[in-house]
Amino acid sequence: MLKRTALYSAHQKLGAKLIDFGGWEMPVQYTSITDEHLAVRQAAGIFDISHMGEVTVSGAGAEAFLNSVLTNDLRKLGSGQGQYTLMCNPAGGVIDDLYAYKLSVGVYFLIINASRIEPDVAWLKSQAAKFSGELHLTDASHNYAAIAIQGPRVKEFINLVIPGASRSVFQVNAVTDLKKNQIAGFNFENYSVFVSRTGYTGEDGFEIVGGDESIRHLWDKFLSVGQPFGLKPAGLGARDTLRTEVCYPLYGHELDEQTTPIEAGVGSFVAFDKGDFNGRSVLAQQKANGVKKKCVAFKMAEKSAPPRPHYPIWANDVRVGEVVSGTQSPSLNLGIGMGYVPPELAKPDTKIEIEIRGRRFAAVVVPKPIYKNV
Amino acid sequence: MSNIPSDLKYAKSHEWLRVSGDTATVGITDHAQAELTDIVFVELPAVGRKVKAGEACAVVESVKTASDIYSPVSGEITAVNSAVVDNPALVNTAPDSDGWFYKIKLSNAAEVNALLSPEDYKKQIGG
Repeated sequence: MLKRTALYSAHQKLGAKLIDFGGWEMPVQYTSITDEHLAVRQAAGIFDISHMGEVTVSGAGAEAFLNSVLTNDLRKLGSGQGQYTLMCNPAGGVIDDLYAYKLSVGVYFLIINASRIEPDVAWLKSQAAKFSGELHLTDASHNYAAIAIQGPRVKEFINLVIPGASRSVFQVNAVTDLKKNQIAGFNFENYSVFVSRTGYTGEDGFEIVGGDESIRHLWDKFLSVGQPFGLKPAGLGARDTLRTEVCYPLYGHELDEQTTPIEAGVGSFVAFDKGDFNGRSVLAQQKANGVKKKCVAFKMAEKSAPPRPHYPIWANDVRVGEVVSGTQSPSLNLGIGMGYVPPELAKPDTKIEIEIRGRRFAAVVVPKPIYKNV
Repeated sequence: MSNIPSDLKYAKSHEWLRVSGDTATVGITDHAQAELTDIVFVELPAVGRKVKAGEACAVVESVKTASDIYSPVSGEITAVNSAVVDNPALVNTAPDSDGWFYKIKLSNAAEVNALLSPEDYKKQIGG
């Protein structure tokens, strides 16, 4: 039996196509992936992200504990700030990529991938059992639903939906006063919700986490208030094409337990100067001596079917790797993707080929992101 | 609500067939294009290729997935629609007219009788 989010009946009412995503029955599209994608690039889109997991970590030892299991440096965060970070095993393989927010001194909030809630929580608990400081770790995933509102016009109407100043330790006068990666608590009607200026689309936007009922009310209110601004409900199909264009990794594609952040090209979120943490020695060795595979972005260089995950990558008549994400880019109207290749083939402008149904088609390695909104 | 023209025969796998003498035109149904949405690529068989009924002989790709297209009947491909190769969105906008895929010279005309009538196809898709 697939799990359903608080917004399941809202998706049904909108006529969404629903699919199994990591055990959740989620909307892949409402009308068209292309239309929903372009709405987010040009105006605004609203996504159900309730399937994602939430973990709270608090106590005097919380910062030291999290800094020992995550790659980025939490000491850089003030109250109300968040950061992208990764959780590695001792071999440097990625258990999950996540956002870590500092709500106040000693109180942290982690947003983790839906498909990784169980392994993440099991791993965090096993690590916490070996930690000696004061620590409270709770899987709060069942307590929260969540939505993402993304696109260049969101800032024009989000204050109309959630008016007023924040009510959290971190003070801002309005939702739109949040800067990138900041988070604060706000009152919406009689509910308390967290709002962060983050997203997974490459556009300006916000993510909102709250109880089921608050998120149901917010969803409806956003759809009515945002409609004159071009807001559309957007599904996981558009979420995937949007994040692929800007080269954000997706767990299970660019990232897995056999792949390190250095190989995946997210080494800038690994802080080597913060002391020891899981995977540090392997990652430091890779950073110094290089890696055997690198995640590159590419564009198709001739007319072809869209590249897809698991298609072979060739160079100079040798099979050199595999596509991990691939799609037709709705913004660029051509085939794009990411894949792993040996480091000598990772430079932009390197000519590669993508094998599609037994035939090879010309492609070229390009800098990340593949698409940049100007 | 899907458009199901009454002059066509239908395959369970959502292709349509328009018979004219000993040849037939093949495309995908309005229901199929609506399910796929956003068709971005069409790959057609080579002219002269002989196919069997039920054989995968074309591919249609939406943003999200690639889907095989199965020939409803056996025969030899006599023409393909280069317009849908150049402009795959034609399959979305005109699935049972300008968005046709290929023409086939029937090698076993009796196969046509085994295909679904418009009424039966309508029942199959719950329309």
